[in-house]
Amino acid sequence: MLRYLHAADLARHPRLAHSMFTDRADQFARRLGWDVSVSDSGEERDAYDAQNPLYAIWELPDGRHGGSMRFLPTTGRTMVNDHFAFLNDGHPIESPFIWECTRFCISPRADHRAAPALALAAGELMEAHSLTQFVAVFDARMERIYRRMGLTPEVLGRRGTGSAAIGVGLWSMDAAAFAPTLARVGISRATSRRWLAASLSPLHDLAIPA
Amino acid sequence: MGNRLERLLDSVQAATTLEDFQTATEKTRALYRVRHVVYHWVNSEGERFGAGTYPDAWVDRYLAQDYLRMDPVIFGCFQRFTPANWKDLDWSSKPARVMLHDALDHGLGNQGYSVPVRGPNGQFALFTLNHEAEDDVWAGFIARNGRDLMILAHEFNRKALEFELGEAAQTVPSLSPRELAAMRALAMGKSRAQAAADLSISEHTLRVYIESARHKLGALNTTHAVARALSSGLIIV
Repeated sequence: MLRYLHAADLARHPRLAHSMFTDRADQFARRLGWDVSVSDSGEERDAYDAQNPLYAIWELPDGRHGGSMRFLPTTGRTMVNDHFAFLNDGHPIESPFIWECTRFCISPRADHRAAPALALAAGELMEAHSLTQFVAVFDARMERIYRRMGLTPEVLGRRGTGSAAIGVGLWSMDAAAFAPTLARVGISRATSRRWLAASLSPLHDLAIPA
Repeated sequence: MGNRLERLLDSVQAATTLEDFQTATEKTRALYRVRHVVYHWVNSEGERFGAGTYPDAWVDRYLAQDYLRMDPVIFGCFQRFTPANWKDLDWSSKPARVMLHDALDHGLGNQGYSVPVRGPNGQFALFTLNHEAEDDVWAGFIARNGRDLMILAHEFNRKALEFELGEAAQTVPSLSPRELAAMRALAMGKSRAQAAADLSISEHTLRVYIESARHKLGALNTTHAVARALSSGLIIV
């Protein structure tokens, strides 16, 4: 299932959170060779994880992480405005309706539903929060996944080469993309909306048995 | 609604005193026909400041009981950047339920919607609407007005930061060359496709510059943003 969790909510889901941060270490440090820091416990975290971001997480049946991405509004501190200021002539891109999406991660354990589920999560967030688009930092593999999902990212700049190449750009999920994405996840729109509602209302957030 | 909201945004932007600020909360209440509207903030030094329509008796009671220490609205919103329907917050503790009943006894409605806003240096603010309504009616109200309330919340906060920073505050927003170029093209009556072609960017990319400019100008929509860019002298056509 999809969970939408703010950083402060992760404490209620320790197994899910730990497996997300270790999968991130595996993807960004080991496989892509990005210059990221990994803790003694094998977790990859950066300064933006401390900015109270919202995570969309695909949870596997065993309660572990299958895939995730991290969102922050561009009205606060963001990676794109700190490190990719050329996007807007050195000025910040700034709007509560433009969120940045970073650390798009798919677990090696993930099923084929993980990537479309995350695309779906992005679509639900766009609709629920009147977002115009996402500004994103991604690697070449994620760019291919975006394209396969029909999300057509628009790359505005790249840094580095090979597997360590980092792209920055824009993407959005249009209304037309919902039906094929839902089909790939194998759920109805009603179920998708229920997952979003359940996450935003912790009181109704029924724990799934491990 | 659109024009009235534009006028409200204009009056928030024109506020020069705390009284103007207070009046803006009252105008917001009248526009949305809700029981209460409150803008409440904690600045970088931990000082509190608020403006709004809550009855004095409730404000006094809130301070006397030190509800700030356990208010689920404050706690819930401090840990998120997305707005909260009060119904979705954690009211399960006994002190929280006591506070809620006390609030109802003091004339507050049973529903609320709070938009958290963060400024520089740890400044944190909440823009809240409170009303008496059935759950589904309130959910519908939020769905219809959520976007506009987000814009209003940011305008109240921008003004509050100006008050805090005094003369250091920027009264004319700083737009990037591409944001200005996008505004100028639209002001000249060009379509988005033409404007994008002029700037040698896609329409998707143009949309980012327009939206970022809209936010920096504190405008309700693109047309309003262009009008503000013209009236503030940022662009000349």
